[in-house]
Amino acid sequence: MEKKIYYLLFIAFFALLLPAGHLMGWVSINTISLWGRYFCFAIAALGIDLIWGYTGILSMCQAFFFCLGSYGIAMHMLLKTSGSALPEFMVWNKVESLPFFWVPFQSFGLTLVLCLVIPSLLAFVIGYVLFRSRIKGVYMAIITQALALAMWLLFLRNETGLGGTNGLTDFKTLLGLPLSNTYVKLGLYLMSLLLLCVAYFACYQITHSKFGKVLQAIRDSESRVSFTAYKVMDYKLAVFVVAALLAAIGGMLYAPQTGIITPGRMDVKASVEMVMWVALGGRGKLKGAVAGALLVNFLYSICTSLFPDSWLYILGFLFVITVLFFDKGFVGLMDNLTKRKEPCY
Amino acid sequence: MLLSVNNLAVSFGGVQALSLSHFSLQPQELRVIIGPNGAGKSTFLDIICGRTKPDTGEVYFNDRAIMGMTEVSIARLGIGRKFQQPSVFPGLTVYDNLLLAAKMKKDILSSLFFKPSQLLKARIHEVAEKIGLTKVLSSIAGALSHGQKQWLEIGIVVLQDPKLLLIDEPAAGMSDEETYKTGELLLELSNNHGIIVIEHDMKFVQQIARERVTVLERGKLLVEGSFNDIRNDQRVIDCYLGRNNTQLENL
Repeated sequence: MEKKIYYLLFIAFFALLLPAGHLMGWVSINTISLWGRYFCFAIAALGIDLIWGYTGILSMCQAFFFCLGSYGIAMHMLLKTSGSALPEFMVWNKVESLPFFWVPFQSFGLTLVLCLVIPSLLAFVIGYVLFRSRIKGVYMAIITQALALAMWLLFLRNETGLGGTNGLTDFKTLLGLPLSNTYVKLGLYLMSLLLLCVAYFACYQITHSKFGKVLQAIRDSESRVSFTAYKVMDYKLAVFVVAALLAAIGGMLYAPQTGIITPGRMDVKASVEMVMWVALGGRGKLKGAVAGALLVNFLYSICTSLFPDSWLYILGFLFVITVLFFDKGFVGLMDNLTKRKEPCY
Repeated sequence: MLLSVNNLAVSFGGVQALSLSHFSLQPQELRVIIGPNGAGKSTFLDIICGRTKPDTGEVYFNDRAIMGMTEVSIARLGIGRKFQQPSVFPGLTVYDNLLLAAKMKKDILSSLFFKPSQLLKARIHEVAEKIGLTKVLSSIAGALSHGQKQWLEIGIVVLQDPKLLLIDEPAAGMSDEETYKTGELLLELSNNHGIIVIEHDMKFVQQIARERVTVLERGKLLVEGSFNDIRNDQRVIDCYLGRNNTQLENL
């Protein structure tokens, strides 16, 4: 019962209070959009919690999957903005005709499908190769990090045809709706909140099913799971694909609310930061992933405006005290504090 | 013949860890393997359950060659393994530990939409009763005592309903009373399963060795026979005495 109150408070605050505050003129639309973007991060963080918190696989390329979603939707919006002409950056780069892989992104339906299929397919192939070779632990982290770096370098190049360092920007409309419009922004915010709730519910179902228990069992003792006749690789692969999918969904909602997507969103640091959200919030708990993503990003916004230079020190400090003193993260800390008041049963 | 092994050999870095010419086990037989440290006992079990690949040799389980199969396929055929160090899922409850082990379809989709049947619940409670963990079913397995973890792992293996149980030092780190209970449990299990037990504790071996005992030394079969034969065998005494094993002397 007590748990439900937290969920209700969360939804009441973000679905009613914040939009109402905006309509009353107390909360600026930029703040609303900012939180909309945090929700996108939280969706990706749920995926990281599934693969790292529950299954114990440290994947350091989730920001790459996030950006695949962002880039997909950005390509669509850019094509719609430029109409029959080529997108501007192509003109500067002296590209004369639309590259073949841009063509399907002219259709919105196809874009949605591709934004989900491409990351899942890539995750499947990468996961298949890695898990088949029984790569785990720190080696998994290193290889996925190297992959993130390679992809970042690829996206940086102008020849890749995705805008190079500058990325994709200057989109005006999505489905014919002007992105600068306040109500469209509010709609995107609510859409992100809705999808966050749906993703949370789905992850909740997954982690509370027997499938989720097998994932935790893999984290605890992989060989015991094998000797209990479960094909560990199938389970790891499935959760890797689901995590990539969640990251891509977050990315798809992120691009229209931010107005720009650059390779900077997918560099090695970005993936590491995503893992840190989950670590700070409390890994192995879905609430922790959401709370971590929202709080750390909120803190980021505050700190970078108050003392711009010291953000990395603050984040590093938080990370160190989390590792040293409360390894279950923020949510674990809260649980401990509330538990002490309750009588033992 | 439940299990038969021919000319099994494996070496690690030039050291011959195991070189076993013949070994066989009847269904519902409880066999104890003893031997000094480094005799190749655990290696032998590792090979049967697919954890270690042998250099040469054949292993037949119910007349089916199982060498080269993965751990998962071997486990599916009906060979369950209990490790020397208790290997349970410390983050899950005791009930969930047992639930995951139970024999059922184990692919992803079946797991995702799994609903436990009354029959399965009853079976888990039955096994929990047998291993004496009924009272702690809802506790986290990581919080159990060492002895309880050992029993839980035996429960995990039993719930897989294997035809052959490979049990590595079940009494290690247990009190005398716990050891005795473990022995009774194994004897009861041997009514339905073939069991191979590795053990050092001679009092425990005496308790459970109703049939034959196999002695390994430096990877080779030293002698096979009843517990009384083994206890009075000069070669066995020598191989233990040379290593200051007081357990055998005490008997």
